[in-house]
Amino acid sequence: MTEQITAPAEQRATLGGQLPRRFGSWYVAEHRIRGMRSYLRTIIATSIGNPLVYLFALGVGLASLVNAHAGGVGGVSYLTFVAPALLASAAVTVAGEEFTYPMVMGFKWNPIFFAMNAAPISGKQITNGMIIAVVVRMVPTVALYFLVTVAFGASPSPWAFLGIATATLTGLAIGLPMMAYTSTIEQDRGQLPLLQRFVILPMFLFSGTFFPLEQLPLYLQPIGWISPLWHGTQLGRVVAFGHPEPLWLTATHVAYLSALSLVGWTITQRIVTARLNK
Amino acid sequence: MPAPVIVASQLTKTYKDVAAVDGISFEVAPGESFGLLGPNGAGKSTTMRMVGAVSTRTSGTLTILGLDPNQHGPEIRSQLGVVPQTDNLDQEIRVRDNLIVYGRYFGIPRSQIAARADELLEFAQLSDRAKDKVDELSGGMKRRLTIARALVNDPRILLLDEPTTGLDPQARHILWDRLFRLKEQGTTLVLTTHYMDEAEQLCDRLVVVDKGTIMAQGSPAELIREYSSREVLEVRFGSDRNAAVAETLAGAGDRVEVLPDRILIYSSNGEAELVKITQAGLEPITSLVRRSSLEDVFLRLTGRTLIE
Repeated sequence: MTEQITAPAEQRATLGGQLPRRFGSWYVAEHRIRGMRSYLRTIIATSIGNPLVYLFALGVGLASLVNAHAGGVGGVSYLTFVAPALLASAAVTVAGEEFTYPMVMGFKWNPIFFAMNAAPISGKQITNGMIIAVVVRMVPTVALYFLVTVAFGASPSPWAFLGIATATLTGLAIGLPMMAYTSTIEQDRGQLPLLQRFVILPMFLFSGTFFPLEQLPLYLQPIGWISPLWHGTQLGRVVAFGHPEPLWLTATHVAYLSALSLVGWTITQRIVTARLNK
Repeated sequence: MPAPVIVASQLTKTYKDVAAVDGISFEVAPGESFGLLGPNGAGKSTTMRMVGAVSTRTSGTLTILGLDPNQHGPEIRSQLGVVPQTDNLDQEIRVRDNLIVYGRYFGIPRSQIAARADELLEFAQLSDRAKDKVDELSGGMKRRLTIARALVNDPRILLLDEPTTGLDPQARHILWDRLFRLKEQGTTLVLTTHYMDEAEQLCDRLVVVDKGTIMAQGSPAELIREYSSREVLEVRFGSDRNAAVAETLAGAGDRVEVLPDRILIYSSNGEAELVKITQAGLEPITSLVRRSSLEDVFLRLTGRTLIE
């Protein structure tokens, strides 16, 4: 008797769990993208405005100075040299916004993660969905940036379009470890602005973004070697204009960026899962 | 008798060394409206999270719809509707969109979810607010939207944690009416509350919880019959005199309770007790005869009032 009545309920539940188990991450991404719509105008304005402003300032302003005095950098024009760095930086800027605030929001200011988890969505799926949504925003931003560099004649190699992928990888390599950290924030004591000021900004300055890393004194160069932005920028230069470097170094860039992304991703999954299970 | 939809046995949850839920056992039958009544910090919300398959138990056994939440969390949650203690609607998206994104979490196809959302907005009396931002809703409206969201998957069991806390009386009554309709439709309701009137209105059966353990269980009427008298006489002599007067009242009715602001005399006939008091020459500032309530049951069981 007992089994007869329990069985349909169990069956219904087993069936009910199937789609969420399979597609939960995509449902979260769908939700998050809907949330981004509320600041869609800002996204579009900055995605178009930033590349134009930077490329005009650096490509037309600073480049004329550098090209006139040094004849470009490492055999290419200054604009060509700096364009892959800007592309990577664009991805990092998106990462700096989308991998940080939404995590603190989801747990605290607008605690939708708990609501998702009360539905059949797991902590892993929440993490994955948030990442998918960021990639969905990051790729078009970088692609648009890339098109602007092409228009400025700053991406000469036929393989330059791969820069969209390398820049996105760079964004993930910096964003996912930050995501792991911001997932742990329980009390807002201004950690996020500190992160922007003392991690992201110095990284831009010491990662061979605006000048080759070798220009720095030797004791400052290790900052570049550990900086994912330096690896991402160098990788971007390889694909954008065939920047000469040994193959092992190019492989190291890819491995280092992938490892950071993977570590950040798995740690975030663990932290989110643990925080939901109170 | 149909198989229970929830079976908890010696259910325990400890945080570090503190037991928030300390070996509680209960069963809930399909279609039943089951309440956990107790003060803040009694372990009600922790129990609800374990039943909601989002919090792992420390020990004991628990099955929901015949499944163990440790292995089948998503399956169980696909059959639940959850109304948490504090609303966690998405403030960034609009009222109707909150229902739509939530429905997607259960795998409801996009083609069906829009109609479902409109139906639920109707039920929650929020149709005219569909395009508003969540922020623009009143507390009662947000609560109704949270309940509508919890119903998006047509749940077998609806879990409500303090559903009307913080709402004004009118908003509470609208909400009770909606919950009552769900109960009539056969939805199993499990709710926590520290309001005795809410428990009396909505619960077929309830457990009184304090400090993580169950003090008593039964229907509201059974509990009142067992742990209290039919009527209660409340008298006030002023906060400085209550304790002194109470001494002379010892032996009145079945039992006397002294609270800081009033004295309660439990009796089958409150009016008769009042007559005795006035005949003894005591003149209370105010007096009130009322039916016994779950508040009295709780006071009897724990020596404390529910809302402190």
